[in-house]
Amino acid sequence: MNAKMTQTSERLGQTTNSSGKRRRVIRIVLTAGLPIAVLLLSFTLGRYSVSLSQMADIFRARLLGLPDPGPDSVSTVLFNVRIPRIAAALLVGGALAAAGASYQGLFRNPMVSPDILGASAGAGFGAALAMLLSLGPGGIQLLSFLLGIGAVALTYSIGSLVSRRGGAVLSLVLTGIVISTVFGSFTSIIKLAADPDNKLPSITFWLMGGLSLVGLDDLAILAPLVFIGLIPLLLLRWKLNVLSFGEEEAQSLGVNTARIRIATIICSTLLTAAAVSVSGMIGWVGLIVPHLSRMVVGPNYKVLLPVSALYGATYLLLVDDIARSALTMEIPLGILTSLIGAPFFIVLLLTGKRGWD
Amino acid sequence: MLEIENLSCGYGSQPIVKEVSFSVQAGEIMCLLGPNGAGKTTLFKTLLSFLKPLGGTVKIKGQSTEGWSRQMLARSIGYVPQAHGAPFPFSVIDVVIMGRTAHLGLFVSPSSKDRSIADEALQMLQITYLRDRVYTELSGGERQMVLIARALAQQPDILIMDEPTSNLDFGNQIRMLEQIRRLSNRGMTVVMTSHFPDHAFLCSDRVVLLRRGLPFLAGSVKEVVTSENLKSAYGIDVEIAELTAATGQKVKTCVPLMRTGSQRLEELS
Repeated sequence: MNAKMTQTSERLGQTTNSSGKRRRVIRIVLTAGLPIAVLLLSFTLGRYSVSLSQMADIFRARLLGLPDPGPDSVSTVLFNVRIPRIAAALLVGGALAAAGASYQGLFRNPMVSPDILGASAGAGFGAALAMLLSLGPGGIQLLSFLLGIGAVALTYSIGSLVSRRGGAVLSLVLTGIVISTVFGSFTSIIKLAADPDNKLPSITFWLMGGLSLVGLDDLAILAPLVFIGLIPLLLLRWKLNVLSFGEEEAQSLGVNTARIRIATIICSTLLTAAAVSVSGMIGWVGLIVPHLSRMVVGPNYKVLLPVSALYGATYLLLVDDIARSALTMEIPLGILTSLIGAPFFIVLLLTGKRGWD
Repeated sequence: MLEIENLSCGYGSQPIVKEVSFSVQAGEIMCLLGPNGAGKTTLFKTLLSFLKPLGGTVKIKGQSTEGWSRQMLARSIGYVPQAHGAPFPFSVIDVVIMGRTAHLGLFVSPSSKDRSIADEALQMLQITYLRDRVYTELSGGERQMVLIARALAQQPDILIMDEPTSNLDFGNQIRMLEQIRRLSNRGMTVVMTSHFPDHAFLCSDRVVLLRRGLPFLAGSVKEVVTSENLKSAYGIDVEIAELTAATGQKVKTCVPLMRTGSQRLEELS
């Protein structure tokens, strides 16, 4: 019987080896090749098309301190419009995917997205309020960011009160649903009060999500916030593996679960609120990308978290390319991420290995 | 190795287990018996510091565990929960390596040394063939072995096992008990719960019997697992039989007696 067992396990070993090789190839293509290809493509695409050689010339000239070759308008488009927008897509996508992946481990559920504790609902309300009060773009971003964080802080404090009898994770999720709904209603109230001729359309448009209004000054705030949120998560990422086995087991393995949980929530909230305050509501990225990443590189957070961030950045960049170049008018990014994300997710569910029970 | 002194435990302020005392020597197996609701799980959670004791102390190697960090506790006590699912399809070796957490710094991922300790744990349990399988695709018995391997990779002094034989078929139950015996022969101290007093006869040195509404009993298997004690704890008639197997091995076993119809009528009247 033992001999039989070794035989079957050897045979299993062989099949996993050959499929392992194929997986490794897919992994390398997806992780290294695709992001570079999408990035290069993004420079050239747009209403004002810039060829790769034109771009290379401009970059070479800038690096060597020579005057820009070719028409001024090309380098203006490239440096003032296209590059900031590409950078914003990378930062927002990476931030949302990293936050989503972290939350899925923390809440032990692959169906969790970064807005589960109310960050997006709070940020959306903040932006709508700022527009109602006629604050400028800086004010919209600030109020949106602060209320995104405020909503999660509210969820966390009420959740902690609820969970004094144990069940910290479930209380947080349930409180998060309540807080999201409340902030969603606040946003509706503001829409009701907003002037239907100018303010209401701009609020509605903002809530749909998009990167068309992003400038260099937005990036100067977004980039540091994303790195401040991402670095602690990357440092703690191995502990997320242990946390996904549940509170008590993680404790018995030597993890101070309360501390890791609050650190993960603070960092993910920072990422989500910073992203939403710049881009508006962009759904699905934080849910699908960690899924896709898990299918390619497996569930170990040591690899999964950095790969999720990379795939998130690439995915949002690709979708934003479609948003700005598919039709003559710009399609709101949030609508596209859902329209592309939903069927894509169903395909993943149908074809992929589930791996949860 | 493990000393429990006047330990009371429960949720809130209501003790479920009152003033229990017992001790387990290094390399011994202690089996915790008792009916549903007698507080086996509560006592376990308190030993593992998931619950704060309502009174009394838990001592490991003569030192009270009060105020110990999670990491210190995990270096002394390894916990083997009942086989369960996981939300993500981790490979078996990844699950076992998680046992190394207590030996790693806050920002550190496991090294190749941790990997080889995990491999040794798989080898010790003779389940190296599961190494690269997906944990969530294993059978209940295999998962249970992987969770034991994870606890061994933790290199604790004491192993606490929550019903290690639950959800296992008859053969696997006995193989699991043999495995536990092997671990104790190598010097591991084991505290386990079971629903079967027979398991105490098969593989334990000491027994603690919790009874609802009655004081606990602790001592050697022979002292504690008697027909009167089992009757008082479980409320059924039990006889202890001893038989000599063909190999000459003497085995004790508990034989529960079903009540006949007339007895039940007598009880009613």
